[in-house]
Amino acid sequence: MSWFRRHPTATAYLLLAPGIAYLAIFYLYPTLQMFLVSLWTGTVEAGYQLTFNFGIYPQALAQYSDHFLRSLLYGAIATLLTFLIGFPLAYFIAFRGGRYKSLLLFLVIAPFFTSFLLRTLSWRIIFADQGLALGPLKDLDLLPEEFRLTATPSAVIAGITYNFLPFMTLPLYVALERIPPNLLEAAEDLYAGTWQRFRRVTLPLALPGVFAGTLLTFIPAMGDFVNAELLGSPQSQMIGNVIQARFLRVSDYPTGAALSFILMAAILVGVFIYARVVGTEELTGGTS
Amino acid sequence: MRGPARETVKQGRRVRRLAHLLDRWLLPLYALLAVSYLALPVLVMILFSFNDPSGRSNISWRGFSLESWFDPLGQPGLAEAVTTSLAVALFATLAATVLGVLIGLALVRHRFRGRSSINLLIFLPMSTPEIVLGVSLLTLFLASTQFAFVPEGTFFPLGFHTILIAHIMFNISYVVVTMRARLQGFPRHLEEAAMDLGANEWTTFWRVTFPLILPGVMAAALLAFSLSIDDYVITVFTSGQATTFPLYIYGSQQRGIPVQVNVVGTIIFLVAVGMVVLSTLLQRWQRPDRVEAVEMEGART
Repeated sequence: MSWFRRHPTATAYLLLAPGIAYLAIFYLYPTLQMFLVSLWTGTVEAGYQLTFNFGIYPQALAQYSDHFLRSLLYGAIATLLTFLIGFPLAYFIAFRGGRYKSLLLFLVIAPFFTSFLLRTLSWRIIFADQGLALGPLKDLDLLPEEFRLTATPSAVIAGITYNFLPFMTLPLYVALERIPPNLLEAAEDLYAGTWQRFRRVTLPLALPGVFAGTLLTFIPAMGDFVNAELLGSPQSQMIGNVIQARFLRVSDYPTGAALSFILMAAILVGVFIYARVVGTEELTGGTS
Repeated sequence: MRGPARETVKQGRRVRRLAHLLDRWLLPLYALLAVSYLALPVLVMILFSFNDPSGRSNISWRGFSLESWFDPLGQPGLAEAVTTSLAVALFATLAATVLGVLIGLALVRHRFRGRSSINLLIFLPMSTPEIVLGVSLLTLFLASTQFAFVPEGTFFPLGFHTILIAHIMFNISYVVVTMRARLQGFPRHLEEAAMDLGANEWTTFWRVTFPLILPGVMAAALLAFSLSIDDYVITVFTSGQATTFPLYIYGSQQRGIPVQVNVVGTIIFLVAVGMVVLSTLLQRWQRPDRVEAVEMEGART
């Protein structure tokens, strides 16, 4: 018998080693480094020193609380909207898709094959002040000339909703599709009405999908800055816009790192509480 | 029947008719609308690749023209950006697929201690906002100039190599997750049979394991490639002077986006759709798949 067969556990660790080492160096360590950089003081020209300046955290929070709140609000509204739009769609594909199921799923995923920047820019074309949607309405005097959709918070939320709709729809579909049909029949046999069957059987069984979908939508939505940049105005900037500007425009690394660390910590805490409440291990692949 | 009872029956019938209407007409109509909504920006992108390129920016329709399609890379810097994107996506896909498949194999085929920590480590990068991934890598690259053990120039100045490092990192988790989903119920007994028949590890892997996992590997690689070629957020923090296609789009949106950007976007879209259709057809053509075929063979003898 060969060495690998006699040492299955060692083989497993050997298989894991390269990838896990890579993630340790380029994912785990950098998050620690981000924390350390947030405690630096100095300037790009004079150089930075690690001074354990914890004061930056309350300072950054106070200065950018509006942006954090906006991210939270836009992210929450967009997540709710993706659920409201995505659930009936996922329901239809799962239960009434028939032979069009694969085609419909493909159509849900198809936008991913286009650069998301180009899709967002397409919305700007569609909703431009004299664009495809508003232009004709204004020409017919159905809308006032100064009415606009771009550069508004609604445009930002609509953009985020559009971008993450497939992330919500697909997990919902997977969860609904897994519901055994005989459970629904059983509910019917026990004289449950359509609505009751939906509320007492379908919806609870779809919960893992709701859990996965909200995480997959809310987390990237919170950190998004592209929609706010392309569809919004300076008044609708989110925390991502601030982080991006701190790093790439003004080279204020400590503040950028601190904001980014707060964002990450807030999301991790939120996810763990959410996982405790809704409780599913499916997303992490189960732990055995 | 008395009045109120009849009322209830009537009401019940009305509710049922409403449910029927919802089920039969409204839901399909809704699905059609939702799918059109998802497709609309893609269609607008394609439509505007045929726009007359005479204006400053590609926001309003000026008339049909094929000019940009005959010269899809005819903008300063666009060809380089597309080449960089393709090269990054190709190398990142190769590296992330190898690393991710190894992890996937370990997770699906082996029992070992620390499994839940590994699962968590795989899950975390996917549940971290992209901007945090980009920022944390940038802080590593910034700080590395102060580390004595990192040779000067390893990360700084940022460029192609740092984009590649970032893309491999965020792709590993997606490869592992795709592999794990495809490998559930992996027929270990086939490998054992091969080894009992005297094949060594190397032969067993290439003749039994690899053909079985190939569809999963291909799916994972396709996903990694498409994530990589489209990434903007992580790339912008790790790119330095290098420019990828998404960075080019973003950079040009302030000056006015050339029509060629839509042409390249449309080509990428068509190629991606083509790949997916092709792989679906291949899978259908392969059915019943090898596992079933082998098992049927086993049952017969």
